[in-house]
Order: sequence, then C-alpha cells, then structure tokens
Amino acid sequence: MEFEPPYLYPEYRATQLRAPHHSPVRLPDHWFHHAPGPVFGRIPVRPEDADLTRQHASEPLGERIILTGAVTDSGGRPVRNTLVEIWQANAAGRYDDPVDDHPAPLDPNFTGAGRCLTDEHGRYRFVTVKPGAYPWRNHVNAWRPAHVHFSFFGPALASRLVTQMYFPGDPLIPLDPILTSIPDERGREMLVSRFDLETTQPEWALGYRWDVELRGATPMEPA
Amino acid sequence: MTPTPSQTVGPFFGFALPFEDDSVCAADGVRIEGQVLDGAGDPVPDALLEVSAEDQFGRCRTDAEGAFHFVVREPRAGFLSVAVFARGLLRQLNTRIYFPGRQGELPPEVDPARRHTLLALRQRDLLRFDIRLQGSDETVFFE
Repeated sequence: MEFEPPYLYPEYRATQLRAPHHSPVRLPDHWFHHAPGPVFGRIPVRPEDADLTRQHASEPLGERIILTGAVTDSGGRPVRNTLVEIWQANAAGRYDDPVDDHPAPLDPNFTGAGRCLTDEHGRYRFVTVKPGAYPWRNHVNAWRPAHVHFSFFGPALASRLVTQMYFPGDPLIPLDPILTSIPDERGREMLVSRFDLETTQPEWALGYRWDVELRGATPMEPA
Repeated sequence: MTPTPSQTVGPFFGFALPFEDDSVCAADGVRIEGQVLDGAGDPVPDALLEVSAEDQFGRCRTDAEGAFHFVVREPRAGFLSVAVFARGLLRQLNTRIYFPGRQGELPPEVDPARRHTLLALRQRDLLRFDIRLQGSDETVFFE
C-alpha cells in the first residue's frame, strides 16, 4: 500500500482528528472487491459538461487545455461508459464555491465542474483552463500545486476513486503534504499528467494526458 | 499493475458534486438521518457521503452541523454500502448501514464490541445512523 496515502499523515493537519484509529476490517473479496459498483445513472451528464470553457456566455480567462486519458481496471482492460467527474479552481486559483475565501478573482465565465462518460476505449476527454495554485492554511506559506480533482466510478464497489491530477514541472509538488503523503515517489508520479503534443491542438489548446487504473475488475463479457 | 493512488476530496466540492435530489434513492423509502463526527466529537461539515445498494444510489453533502440524510428502500441484503469522503481523508472510508433487525447479517469479521456502530436505530418514522471517524466509539470501516 505504499502507493496509497495513509489515513493519518500529521503533516496534513486535517487528518489528525479524522483518521480512524482502528484498521479497516478486511472483508472477503466477493463482499467488496468484486461487488458491483454503484449505479450512478441518476447523476446527469450532458454533452456540454465535458467542455468547461463553454458553460457561460463567454470563454473563461486562462490557458485553454485538453485533459484526456484512458481508464483501465485491475486487469488492464478499458473501463467503458463509466462516469468521470472533475472540479477545479479557475486560472486565478479561486473555486466558485462559497467556502473558498482566497482573495483571488472569480471568473463569471467559469464554474470549474465537468462530467463525462468514458468511451468504448475507456477514454475520457475534457476541455478546460489550467487551474491556478492557491494558498491554504495547513502551515505557514502553504500553497497547493495546480491540480484538477477527479472522481471515477468503475466496475466494482472497490473501484470508486476520488483523487487529484497534477501538472508536470510544478515547483510546489515536492512541498505539498497532500501529495507527499504518498510514501513512494512512484505513486506520487502516477498523479502527475504529462504534456502531450499529440493531444495538443495547433493554434488552440495544450494537451495533457493522464491514464488511470482502478481497483476491481470488469465482469467478463459473454463471448 | 498498480492502482492510481487516492487523494482527498478537499473542502471545495460542494459546487460540483451534488445533483438534484441526490440524497433521494427511492422516493417511497424510509428517511435515514445522521451526523459525521471527528475524533473530538465535533461535526464534520465538509464530508460527502455516497450510499448504494442494488439499484439504489445516493449522494449527500454534510451541512454545518455535520448532518446528512438519505431516503432509501431497505435493500434485500439488509444493508447499504457507504463511502465517506472528506477534507482530511486522504482515502475514502467504506462502511455499511445495517437496517434494524438485520444485525444477524453482519459479517463475522466484525468485533462483537463494535457491531453496534453498524446498526441504524429506529426513531419513530425514521432511522438514525451516526458516523464517528475516530475515537472510543469509532465506526467500523471496511476494506
């Protein structure tokens, strides 16, 4: 599990009163790992939800980017038609959320929330703007590296994943306790997207590629 | 093959993840109410809960008092699967809400002294289920 963060990581202060003291009780695989995942079909997904730059009257400020990647299961098979949700700060590092009091400007043309379903190859694709870094109060002069929050459902109950995707070359990455909570550097690197010239569209938007592997396996389809 | 690591849902998901009627899994169901509490016994006002069972799915963000609610039908298996996300939870927590009278179906792996943390209590026409993330009466979580 050194690729997964622990529940208790004191450097990330909010874990101190929220991390359980007991270890989780391990259930037999068929009770959890192989149990079918939640039926998320009630969550509305419209085609325009995948383009965060076209949800308002005009386009948002910021660096336009394309985020794409493939979602696979623990057997390396594509996870098709599963829900992917993203949310993020705007280009100035401010969330369109009443809880966020960072004194950076809101953008009337950017909400920062998107949804899509993976295609037949297990791929997702969003158009958005690159989020800004922002301060938080975990310690003195604490800043979150630029990141996009991602949520995946997947085939099994154990597949459910909420995580964050980071951008390559960000100088804040080694300083961020949320990311450094992952003990093994290779695990941290799995959360960093890579710049991808093939995804980049000339004269229009930079492309970033980030692939994701979920726990649990897709039930075998009848031959 | 290595699964992609988890990260916290953070504090700023309220504008993005809730959806219309997200806590109503079955309109003709029973209402379950509860609170999410931290190791000091204080409410957790920035948690996101998801429940699922068979064809039912619901999502609810806790309010300033750490309170949540769902409207659900009693599943055939006697329990709802619950995923807890929150600021300060680097990984989600998984637990179960067992309906009154279904304690016989609790997994044998659960310490008898902690089984009560998985049982919903009937209060008049609704059910009560609190989630204690840490402390003496900590909820049983599964993996």
